[in-house]
Amino acid sequence: MRSRLGLLVGLAAWLGAVSLAGCGGSATEELVIGEYGSLSGSDATFGQSTKAGVRVALAELNATKEGKIGGLTVRVVEEDDQGRAEEAATVVQKLINQDRVIAVLGEVASSRSLAAGPICQNAGVPMISPSSTNPKVTQVGDYIFRMCFLDDFQGWVMAKFTAENLKLKRVAMLKDVKNDYSIGLAQYFTDAFKNMGGQVVYEQAYSAGDQDFRSQLTAIKARNPEAIIVPGYYTEAGLIARQARELGITVPLIGGDGWESGQLIEIGGEALNGCYYSNHWALDYPDPKLQEFLKQYRAGNGNADPDAIGGLAYDAATVLFTALQHMAEQDPETFKGLSSKMAGTEQRKAACKKLRDLIAQTHEYSGVTGVITLDANRNATKPAVVIAIKDGKKTFAAQIKPQPPA
Amino acid sequence: MSEFLQQLVNGVTWGSVYALIALGYTMVYGILRLINFAHGDVYMLGAFFGLYAARWMGAARDPNIAQALAVLAIAMAGCGVVGYVIERFAYKPVRRSSRLAALITAIGVSLLLENGGILLFGADPKFFPQIIAPKNLALGGGVTISNQQIIILVVSLGLMLGLRFIVLNTRVGKAMRAVSHSHTAAALMGISVDRIISFTFVLGSVLAAAAGVLVALQNPKIEPLMGIMPGLKAFVAAVLGGIGNIPGAVLGGLVMGIAEVMVVGYLSPTYRDAIAFVLLIVILLVRPAGILGKATAEKV
Repeated sequence: MRSRLGLLVGLAAWLGAVSLAGCGGSATEELVIGEYGSLSGSDATFGQSTKAGVRVALAELNATKEGKIGGLTVRVVEEDDQGRAEEAATVVQKLINQDRVIAVLGEVASSRSLAAGPICQNAGVPMISPSSTNPKVTQVGDYIFRMCFLDDFQGWVMAKFTAENLKLKRVAMLKDVKNDYSIGLAQYFTDAFKNMGGQVVYEQAYSAGDQDFRSQLTAIKARNPEAIIVPGYYTEAGLIARQARELGITVPLIGGDGWESGQLIEIGGEALNGCYYSNHWALDYPDPKLQEFLKQYRAGNGNADPDAIGGLAYDAATVLFTALQHMAEQDPETFKGLSSKMAGTEQRKAACKKLRDLIAQTHEYSGVTGVITLDANRNATKPAVVIAIKDGKKTFAAQIKPQPPA
Repeated sequence: MSEFLQQLVNGVTWGSVYALIALGYTMVYGILRLINFAHGDVYMLGAFFGLYAARWMGAARDPNIAQALAVLAIAMAGCGVVGYVIERFAYKPVRRSSRLAALITAIGVSLLLENGGILLFGADPKFFPQIIAPKNLALGGGVTISNQQIIILVVSLGLMLGLRFIVLNTRVGKAMRAVSHSHTAAALMGISVDRIISFTFVLGSVLAAAAGVLVALQNPKIEPLMGIMPGLKAFVAAVLGGIGNIPGAVLGGLVMGIAEVMVVGYLSPTYRDAIAFVLLIVILLVRPAGILGKATAEKV
């Protein structure tokens, strides 16, 4: 019975450390916009792509209008939430209270948009999530928008592709229980797949950050599914694919847009060949606007290709700029309230509300990820594409359009 | 049945990794009565040293065994140095102070290594290059084992046997056993206690580094906080087997790895991390000294 106290004290104290963000502020008159994302952490490409996409939009504004809207220079404050929901709430608080932003762009992960959304809603600052697909994100309130389709649609797309294009009936599910996106998408897929006459024969789970999925995959393998549905993020999806192949599982893995990252193939390698995932775009789509964006993006990012996350971030930023432009033209008096020196006043509140109304009116805006029309619930309705991974390349497999409402 | 056997293979593989890390905890505790909380972070450093060694040698371009062994050796040597430095500059100055001071120092070193790692390597995960081309072997009955799993088992078994040889059949090992028995008596017999303590730290860190490289081979995602959970679990494994007891650490590691994998496979993956602490609580209630530990009377 040696020093049990020591053991207990040690165990209790052996926990992570906390980091604090810096501060900012401005004296000149400008339009301050906040952007937050996971620049570090386990799904860092989400944040990095978002930042890069917003920067392309800003570069374009600088090239065409000297970076000004309604006579005021646009400044974007970028924040890193380290891929943690609680940190997302912290940095968005900072953007609103210290930087006094007029609008917020972000996040990719639904868990983090859900953490930051209520803060923007309560402060009356519009937030545009480029690529959070969980339906709950915009249900937070009327100041929260998104530029992408929803998971109920995405789950249906994955189910339709699995049942009709791949003609599979029995699948297994491996979802991330720490992730709102993953839990939602798994549920929507399961419901839709059942309606199409398929069945999910076995459900297994993991937690974001896990390294080893062999025990789950061994249990899945014993049930002989025709495919494994992995509605998670790219980091884990790549590792899961590798370990599945190691255990002799040869069936395809099928995922959602959480797989969309330049790093997916780097992590999963050959193991991903023959896998599919639903996505917001395919790079080889012959759309002039998209191809122009690709040129711009490659020029600013060392010739790297953008992923759909970057494209959606660009769309989110340009939709915001367009709404600001309209406001400056239609209602210059209210627009003055958006200036940085009006922070904290009643005019600012009214101006943000007006901005919200204008964003909500976004109609048939042709973005690089397709045509964006926001519905009454501030969601975009867009077709989805399915990407097939062949020989380490992402190739277009199918486009699936939303069903007309029955 | 094949599912169970496959889970057993997975469990033994993980277990041997836990065992390697647990050995470091147990040896340091046996000699210093100190829980070296920074040990899990040394394992993390091992993975990173291996990553940079592999990049520097370009080992992924032409994977072969000789290069992989060189990567392993570099990582082990690097962590041996780190282990020596940690003992010399963090633990030695507080050796004569209270046990609590040493414990808090250990936690401080652990946080330093974790956050230093975030500064140095970046917080986003890195991917360990394939320095061994993956191959799968069918063991019959639907059970497969990858060559990486075989490497983990063979290397960790080899290291454990090597450690056993050092402890039981060499002068240094004899001195280690003597120091763990009593510092004063060992010093009177002409053993340099400081040197033996340093040697123990180096040895433990070298084993942790090997575990880090082996895990990175199999699960290529490495990041600066990857040592926290395996470190905690290996510590529990050491307590489970009997802290201070070398065969106990190996046994505890295996029990831990198998228990974890079975819980994920047959109960629920959410309990993956909980099972370690359930085992800890059970063992502290039933056999506080651990499975192979000897109950000692506490002097009050």
